[in-house]
Amino acid sequence: MSRAEIFSNIRRGLGRGEASAEQKAAVKARLDQHKANLIPMRAQLPHHEQVALFKEMALEAAAEIIELTDIHEVPAACEAWLANREINELIAASDSQITALDWQSTPRIQLNHRVGKVGDIASLTTSFAGIAETGTLMLYSRQESPTTLNFLPDVHMVILHEKDIVGPYEDAWQKLRSSTAGTMPRTVNMITGPSRSADIEQRLQMGAHGPKELVILLISDSQ
Amino acid sequence: MQIESPAFKENARIALHDVDLQKALGNLKAGFPTKRAAAIERMPEFDSLRDEAMQLKNHIIENLDLYLEQFEENVTKQGGHVHWARTSDDACKTILDICRQVGAKTVTKGKSMVSEEVNLNEYLEANGVTPVETDLGEYILQLRGDHPSHIIAPAIHLNLEDVTEAFHEHHGRPRSSDPAVLMQEAREMLREKFVAADVGITGANFCVAETGSTIIVTNEGNGDLTQTLPKTHIVITSIEKVVPTLEDMTLFQRLLARSATGQEFTVYNTLSTGPRRADDQDGPENFHVVLVDNGRSEMVGSEFQDMLRCIRCSACMNHCPVYGSVGGHSYGWVYPGPMGSVLTPKMIGIEKAGLLPNASTFCGKCESVCPVRIPLPKLMRHWREDEFSKHLSPKAARWGLGGWAFFAKRPSLYRLLSKGANRALRLMAGKKGRVTKLPLAGGWTDWRDMPAPSGKTFMEQYKQQQR
Repeated sequence: MSRAEIFSNIRRGLGRGEASAEQKAAVKARLDQHKANLIPMRAQLPHHEQVALFKEMALEAAAEIIELTDIHEVPAACEAWLANREINELIAASDSQITALDWQSTPRIQLNHRVGKVGDIASLTTSFAGIAETGTLMLYSRQESPTTLNFLPDVHMVILHEKDIVGPYEDAWQKLRSSTAGTMPRTVNMITGPSRSADIEQRLQMGAHGPKELVILLISDSQ
Repeated sequence: MQIESPAFKENARIALHDVDLQKALGNLKAGFPTKRAAAIERMPEFDSLRDEAMQLKNHIIENLDLYLEQFEENVTKQGGHVHWARTSDDACKTILDICRQVGAKTVTKGKSMVSEEVNLNEYLEANGVTPVETDLGEYILQLRGDHPSHIIAPAIHLNLEDVTEAFHEHHGRPRSSDPAVLMQEAREMLREKFVAADVGITGANFCVAETGSTIIVTNEGNGDLTQTLPKTHIVITSIEKVVPTLEDMTLFQRLLARSATGQEFTVYNTLSTGPRRADDQDGPENFHVVLVDNGRSEMVGSEFQDMLRCIRCSACMNHCPVYGSVGGHSYGWVYPGPMGSVLTPKMIGIEKAGLLPNASTFCGKCESVCPVRIPLPKLMRHWREDEFSKHLSPKAARWGLGGWAFFAKRPSLYRLLSKGANRALRLMAGKKGRVTKLPLAGGWTDWRDMPAPSGKTFMEQYKQQQR
């Protein structure tokens, strides 16, 4: 009976009964419009400046960026980065962008396609969008992008194409709506740098429960 | 959590003499306000965003029933379930029922102040379900049998040594006084708990009506593991958190982290919409949202309606000189600081919480930093009026106010009296210009001197300058 009581309290407070047909239509229209509120100037720059801003903000949030010109350079870049840390296994989703790459030429890493598990050291995923205003990545759950890969491993490596960088969050929502046919996926992740906590004496420590390192493989596709 | 708000004065006295607490509170004062100021410096549109956010919240409240209906409809459409809880008891029972349906033995928990408000942990424990807090600060508190003293930095009242001891005692590992080592220890201890849990409970910063989504905003990633790994995800949140669209949520996202920790953006902003989809490889199979009322619906249309705009950023307490001196536990319940002084009387009653809205100098700092421009001093004054009209305020205060009112309504008497008092104070102050002891005002002069009036009264000066 909670529901009825809550609604009747709210309506009594608003000094009306059920909302009028006009009011309901106005609310419905507002929900369908997806009107943007004020968008800061910094998110409204031309695209090449958004790319520069994305890099600046992501680095400030303690992400690492490896700049590549072509996605085919990803396996070698991953191998080199992981070898430096003596990591030889990489967990990836069965994302076609990743499976289409030549992983035979990088024998020092074992690539496994599955969801994330406790004990995983490194994962590789793609990112659906980059948001320049705060250097934020957007990923969403689907068969080829399980959410556990974004949180369980110590290292999260993410492929992002420069062309997928947008200025404000609002553009990312529009991109998401058009990619998912208007149905929200189970999980949408906005990720800005690696995990951290300042719960002990307000002293910032990196790597709380999520990845300790976030490596963005930024592809310019310039050739 | 036990209600200790009636003991505010005693709590505050103890807190002021607690050397360790004062050291810990120093970390807060040096941290959040400075970082917030720096973040706002970089966002020239910040004040305009605040104006828009205030207007949007007002629009939401005017249509609260409609947005809640839309939210419920869309959660259901995505395969989730919405439960309505009028009281704390309703909320706890609903969650226990869900836990029992899925045969849950342990639940992991992301940080949620609403779960503190309804006292969920104690209820679950009493009914055979073990809750495990996974936010680092909350985890430390749970080990110590302690409660949050701040809404976003729950363990702000503790020092490193306290964490060292708690971890050593419960983890059975050698003592460490390196925060990095301690955090790694918590990470390792909690990994298995995340996987073993049958249910994950999180809060929500906002509920999006358009999509039926809830969002959590965290830096650690514990909330994400909490809501991804178990078979059932329960969101406990409150009815005023609903926003119309993703774009509207974004307006508040731009304000929240900057006002709270001074970050440009919190590390993880995660939307949850319904359970996992048919071809998803991970994620929960069940998705429940428990919407708690606990007096909020009665605030609509009341003199406290503006408080429903609150987005729980904590800027008001981070900037409050009273909070900064006595800490969150002195307030004696879940929500401390200025926002708590407005909310707590609504939730536990003005009879028990009457001291809280009085524990303010009305300096106005809280209102000046509030991202949704809640007139916190005005709302605290409403509680003082309420307390007065219910004859709950102490006799001395009532007589004092009565006496003042008597003179204030008789200007010539008032002027005569203030002239006399002015002269008397100056006489008492002597050459030092400061009064060190004053009858009836020991609460002031025991701790500091009262500066003597500098000369003539305001009215005397006014008359002089009129000529």
